[in-house]
Amino acid sequence: MLTKRIIPCLDIKNGRTVKGVNFVDLRDAGDPVVLAKQYAELGADELVFLDIAATLENRKTMHKMVLQVAEQVNIPFTVGGGISSVEDVDALLHCGADKVSINSSAVKRPDLINELSDKFGSQCIVVAIDAKQVEGEWLVHLAGGTIPTKINLFDWAIEVEQRGAGEILFTSMDHDGTKAGFANQALAKLSDIVNIPIIASGGAGTIQHFSDTFIEGKADAALAASVFHFGEIPIAELKKELKQQEIPVRI
Amino acid sequence: MNIKIVNYGAGNIKSIQFAFQRLGYNAELSSDSDKIIAADKVIFPGVGEASSAMKKLKESGLDTLIPNLKQPVLGICLGMQLMCNHSEEGNTNGLGIFNVNVKRFSNKVKVPQMGWNTISNLKSDLFKGIQEEEYMYLVHSYYAEMCDEAIATSLYEMNYASALEKDNFFGVQFHPEKSSKAGEQILKNFLKI
Repeated sequence: MLTKRIIPCLDIKNGRTVKGVNFVDLRDAGDPVVLAKQYAELGADELVFLDIAATLENRKTMHKMVLQVAEQVNIPFTVGGGISSVEDVDALLHCGADKVSINSSAVKRPDLINELSDKFGSQCIVVAIDAKQVEGEWLVHLAGGTIPTKINLFDWAIEVEQRGAGEILFTSMDHDGTKAGFANQALAKLSDIVNIPIIASGGAGTIQHFSDTFIEGKADAALAASVFHFGEIPIAELKKELKQQEIPVRI
Repeated sequence: MNIKIVNYGAGNIKSIQFAFQRLGYNAELSSDSDKIIAADKVIFPGVGEASSAMKKLKESGLDTLIPNLKQPVLGICLGMQLMCNHSEEGNTNGLGIFNVNVKRFSNKVKVPQMGWNTISNLKSDLFKGIQEEEYMYLVHSYYAEMCDEAIATSLYEMNYASALEKDNFFGVQFHPEKSSKAGEQILKNFLKI
C-alpha cells in the first residue's frame, strides 16, 4: 500500500540552512548535507531544499550542495527557489536532484510548466502554490506569500495539472507559522478536483495535525520545517503514532 | 567490477552512479556497444517518456544490443518498462525481453503513483535479505501487468508486477538508488548475481 509521506523542508541561504536547526547532536547543524543524512536516517520519506536567497551568485553554491546531497543521501529530494527556465531545471537534475519545485515563475509564465514536463517528465515537476483567503476566496500569492494575485487557488491547481505538473505543494499562508494545523478544507478540495498528489504545507504543530491532514485533508504528503528542526516532533514518534491511527506510513 | 550504466540521454542517471559510489563501486556511463558488451554488470536506467526513449535506443542501435547481452542486466523504472513487450505510453513496442505489457493506471487513483509502497511475493536472489513488505520508492504512471516473470508485486489500484526476471535480465519499477538501505541492499545483491 502506498504510504503517506513525511517531508522536512530546509531553507537554504548561501549553501547553509537558515532559521536555525536545533535537534540531536549534530556537529554542524548549518550544513544541509549533514542534516539531510540525519533526516534520512531518522525516517524522513523525502526532503525539500528551498533556496531562499536564489540570487545568481548563490546558484553555484546551490548546485554544489545539490551534488553533495545526491552523493550522500539515499532518499529522494526536491529543490526549489528561483527556478524560472528549462536551463535552471536541467542543471539541478544534472546535479542529482530528483524533483524541482517552481512557484512564482509558473504563475508569471504558465507555459513554463508545459516546457518542463515535456522535457523532463511530469514526475519531477512540483508546482508550489502559496495561497491565502481574501474575503472568503483562496487567492494565489507570489514571492513567499507577500504579493497577492487575482488567481483562484482551485482554478490554478486544475490548470497546473493540465499543463503537466506531477505534484502540487500547497502552502496556506493563513496557517503557515501558526502551529494550529493544516488548511484541511482547502486541501481536501484540492484532492477532489485534481488527480495528482498533494503535499500539505503550513501549520504543523502537533502529531494530531499530521493525522488530521492525511484524513480530513486527504493529503498525500505533509511538509514541515520547525517542528522537525527543533525536535518538537521526532519523526519516528510521529510515524509510530500515525501507524497506531491506521494511517499507512513507512517505518 | 566493471559496471556500466547505459547512457542514452534519458533521465537522472547521477543518482544511480552515486548509489554505487556509496557502495564502493565505480559505475561508468556508456553508450559504447563494445564497452557495454564487455561489462560485468549492466544497468539500464530511464526516466521520461517511453516512445521517445525507444526512439533514442533505436537511433543508437542499443535496441538490438540490450536484448542480446549475456551478463546480468538491471532495468530501473522506465528501463524496466522498456524491456517489456509494449507500452501504452506513446503506444510503443518495447525490447520484448519480458513477456508482458505496460499499461496506464486509471484515474481511480492519483497518477503518478508517487512515494513509498511495499513489495511482496519476493522470489529472486535479487531480494536476498529483503523482507516481505519492504518499502521502496516509486514514481510512475504506467505499470507492468501481473505475469509469470514477476519476482515482486505491489498494490496500487490493483496488484501489478513491481519487479521482473528472465534469464540474465532483471527489472525493477522502483528506484533502489533512492530507497534507503533496503534499496542499497538490492543493488548489492545484483552485483553478486
